[in-house]
Amino acid sequence: MSTDTAVGPSGREVRQTHRVVIRFAGDSGDGMQLTGDRFTSEAAAFGNDLATLPNFPAEIRAPAGTLPGVSSFQLHFADYDILTPGDRPDVLVAMNPAALKANLADLPHGGVLIVNTDEFTKRNLAKVGYESNPLEDDSLDPYTVHQVAMATLTRGALEPTGMSKKDAERAKNMFALGLLSWMYHRGTEGTEQFLREKFAKKPELAEANILAFRAGWNYGETTESFAVTYEVAPARLAEGTYRQITGNLALAYGVVAAGQQAKLPVFLGTYPITPASDVLHELSKHKGMGVTTFQAEDEIAGIGAALGASFGGSLGVTSTSGPGVALKSETIGLAVALELPLLILDVQRGGPSTGLPTKTEQADLLQAMYGRNGEAPVPIIAPQSPADCFDAALDAVRMALTYRTPVFLLSDGSIANGSEPWRIPDVDALPDLSVTFATEANAPDGSGEFWPYLRDADTLARPWAIPGTAGLEHRIGGLEKADGPGTISYDPDNHDRMVRLRQAKIDGIEVPDLTVHDPDGDAEVLVLGWGSSYGPIGAACRRVRAAGLSVAQAHLRHLNPMPRNLGDVLRSYRRVVAPEMNLGQLSMLLRARFLVDAHSYTKVAGLPFQAEELAGVLTDAVKGDLPA
Amino acid sequence: MTATDLPTPAVGGLDLVPTTDEQQKAKDFTSDQEVRWCPGCGDYAVLASVRSFLPELGLRRENIVFVSGIGCSSRFPYYLDTYGMHSIHGRAPTIATGLAVTRPDLSVWVVTGDGDALSIGGNHLIHALRRNMNITILLFNNRIYGLTKGQYSPTSEVGKVTKSTPMGSVDAPFNPVSLALGAEATFVGRALDSDRKGLTEVLRQAAAHRGASLVEIFQDCPIFNDGSFDVLRKGDDVAERLIKLVDGEPILFGNEGEYGVVRSASGGLEVARVADVGEDAVVVHHADEQDPTQSFALSRLSDQDLTHTITGVFRKVDRPTYDDGARAQVAAAKEQAEARGDNLDALLRGKDTWAVLPEPENEQ
Repeated sequence: MSTDTAVGPSGREVRQTHRVVIRFAGDSGDGMQLTGDRFTSEAAAFGNDLATLPNFPAEIRAPAGTLPGVSSFQLHFADYDILTPGDRPDVLVAMNPAALKANLADLPHGGVLIVNTDEFTKRNLAKVGYESNPLEDDSLDPYTVHQVAMATLTRGALEPTGMSKKDAERAKNMFALGLLSWMYHRGTEGTEQFLREKFAKKPELAEANILAFRAGWNYGETTESFAVTYEVAPARLAEGTYRQITGNLALAYGVVAAGQQAKLPVFLGTYPITPASDVLHELSKHKGMGVTTFQAEDEIAGIGAALGASFGGSLGVTSTSGPGVALKSETIGLAVALELPLLILDVQRGGPSTGLPTKTEQADLLQAMYGRNGEAPVPIIAPQSPADCFDAALDAVRMALTYRTPVFLLSDGSIANGSEPWRIPDVDALPDLSVTFATEANAPDGSGEFWPYLRDADTLARPWAIPGTAGLEHRIGGLEKADGPGTISYDPDNHDRMVRLRQAKIDGIEVPDLTVHDPDGDAEVLVLGWGSSYGPIGAACRRVRAAGLSVAQAHLRHLNPMPRNLGDVLRSYRRVVAPEMNLGQLSMLLRARFLVDAHSYTKVAGLPFQAEELAGVLTDAVKGDLPA
Repeated sequence: MTATDLPTPAVGGLDLVPTTDEQQKAKDFTSDQEVRWCPGCGDYAVLASVRSFLPELGLRRENIVFVSGIGCSSRFPYYLDTYGMHSIHGRAPTIATGLAVTRPDLSVWVVTGDGDALSIGGNHLIHALRRNMNITILLFNNRIYGLTKGQYSPTSEVGKVTKSTPMGSVDAPFNPVSLALGAEATFVGRALDSDRKGLTEVLRQAAAHRGASLVEIFQDCPIFNDGSFDVLRKGDDVAERLIKLVDGEPILFGNEGEYGVVRSASGGLEVARVADVGEDAVVVHHADEQDPTQSFALSRLSDQDLTHTITGVFRKVDRPTYDDGARAQVAAAKEQAEARGDNLDALLRGKDTWAVLPEPENEQ
């Protein structure tokens, strides 16, 4: 990874490197997420490209020092545009034996390992099944190990504060952050400012954390144990103003922006669920932007209230994860029948049932596609990265409002919590989503009546006539409606026609054609993914091409309806590979729709694909070595 | 944002709903849909009462919305020429909640039944009452599942023999008034479908109440539970069974007012002959009493065998509504946002940004 070497001001060697992957790992209570977040902010402020992968247990505080209690945060930062949080860390910070044990296998030989030695007690070692202390035997010989008594050093640094030993030790994560900040030439002011703001109400805690942070920094600077420091130059991203953003934050901003662009009040009806709750938390802060949030008694009430708000002329939104979608299904079916706009944000997690609440998976595709009674088509859009959640939300709302339909947006745990730089859009260039409510009677027979199911000839959308509009009083509901007048109809031909009309409306939604990236122009293998696997697939393609092979990449953003040219694209390649974090749900759709022999590569491990493994799969595909 | 003090309702339930000077009649609220309940169904009587009551409110027709769930009574909205939604089983209060929060200019009504509201939708009912949503809930209680052809319901008496309980049901029923009071309801009333005067009076007060109003309507299902409330309609002892609450008045009943409701030794309420206990011993009804204890005791006066059945308004108290509170927070936040000059651009930018300059200038 290193390219240039120089000598820095402290007489230490400074290596210029293009990219680094750091993983902070510790106990759930050690503050690893905060530490990682903070380092990420510094990398962002410095202008690096970056991608992050938080990985934490579902338990808030699993028993201390155990393997299930390990929480980690991986950060990949670079001086060029990167696509993933990195397969394996270059640097692993292990705050206790459990963190070491759970993460060491991912550290390549030669990697840097920074260990908090204070936690390597007999008891803690025994807790995770270490028979001998790895710091004392030869098991860590393949790595560059730095043993640092972080708790002791932090305690020492905080002695003047008069804090208890136990309280003082809690700041050891800031010691680790200080040390890493020194190693990578990051500034200290940003973090100190952050700590002062975070602990504004408890200035003594702010000062304690700053002391620990500085102690870590100074430890690097003054001790001889770290011979090398590293510099990663700012990345040359496209011109613009950037900020760091997680997928859930981008989703929430997308919803706020959609409300503004549609000139509609936003109503979020929802129920807390991991990993979607942050969307509720964020939107709750933006009442000033016309957002009302309603924490309902359950998932069903959340979407019911959102649908009621849509009926009343608001932009109704509900946010959830897979188990919540299961509960909302009947109401989604009602929204299909009512033909009202509704945005359903599904931040997917590991399933079935409660599954892996804090881990990622893409296994709700078929649930979103088909998980309702009757023929109940719903458009589906899937963002490909954290920042992309913003654009996807706007596009989802466009579909919902234009076609008067519920729309699924399928995010997932990895992009919901992961972050990357986001080029802040010019708000004047955001799409106009304004809608027109019906105000006039429309019956074609000139009777002066209002027909709620008389469709627009182009979009097949029905009029949106909101209560309070004189002369348009009408009743809608889940019973089948007569095509046009919208009265209850049990007529067999009418039902057949309505089923086909609802399908035709969704099939006719305008979505952009699929674009294929094939820099060599001669690829015979196409890799087609959807959603959050964009990063690892893209990184894998780079590796394959760097090895001199050709591979074409395309990524499905619109899963329903699919791009019009998808069939032609698929048929123009000798081989199609579809990697998914499920058991082949997209592949099944591709095979069924296009009779294309798509090769499904699947992994359902609760973690994103690694670029290395996908590169292997693609290389095999290009060389014709894939199993049939 | 700091917590906003919730406003105590200063207005009535309909004060934010636009009114009309136009003379309205029951016919104006009648849609062109043919009513398809079974002959003799109590729903007809309720529909007629509601149609003839609505003009009294003087509201613009387009600002009234009826939302229903699933069941016989849930067809109700189709027969009224207002806005309406026939939603899904048990979920009408959720739809009504979204409407009530976002549209203070609407009069929102929920029409539901004993199965819809108390079985599949029990959770939504109690939470709508707890939050004190500004909606009026008409709970048609016929103590049976009609639309699915005659299974017992959560208000059926123990031992009910139905298609699904050929040996009699074994589970204890809900008392909807007790349940509503337990769920912190601010308005609870009860009426009999055939008693147009009594029903209209309860509806009048329910509509005027700001907050969630629950009106239980005893209603006959002539097909699957025929005559279930007949003891309250005909026979010699109707006057000894039916107790009509009058706010501020002693609770007396019987042909000559010879019976009264008095405190029992156990701290609850019981029925006594006035001649035996004296008029002063008869409790006076106060619907606006904050403490729900007496209202609750009234709801438990007799078992569901209808020995003593109370109609009228059990409880009517003021408490902040969720929808007013939620709107007040949004309004306050908007005011603060405007004062600060907040806008979408500033939101998206946040605090920590960095600039990437065009390529040539970016070279170091």
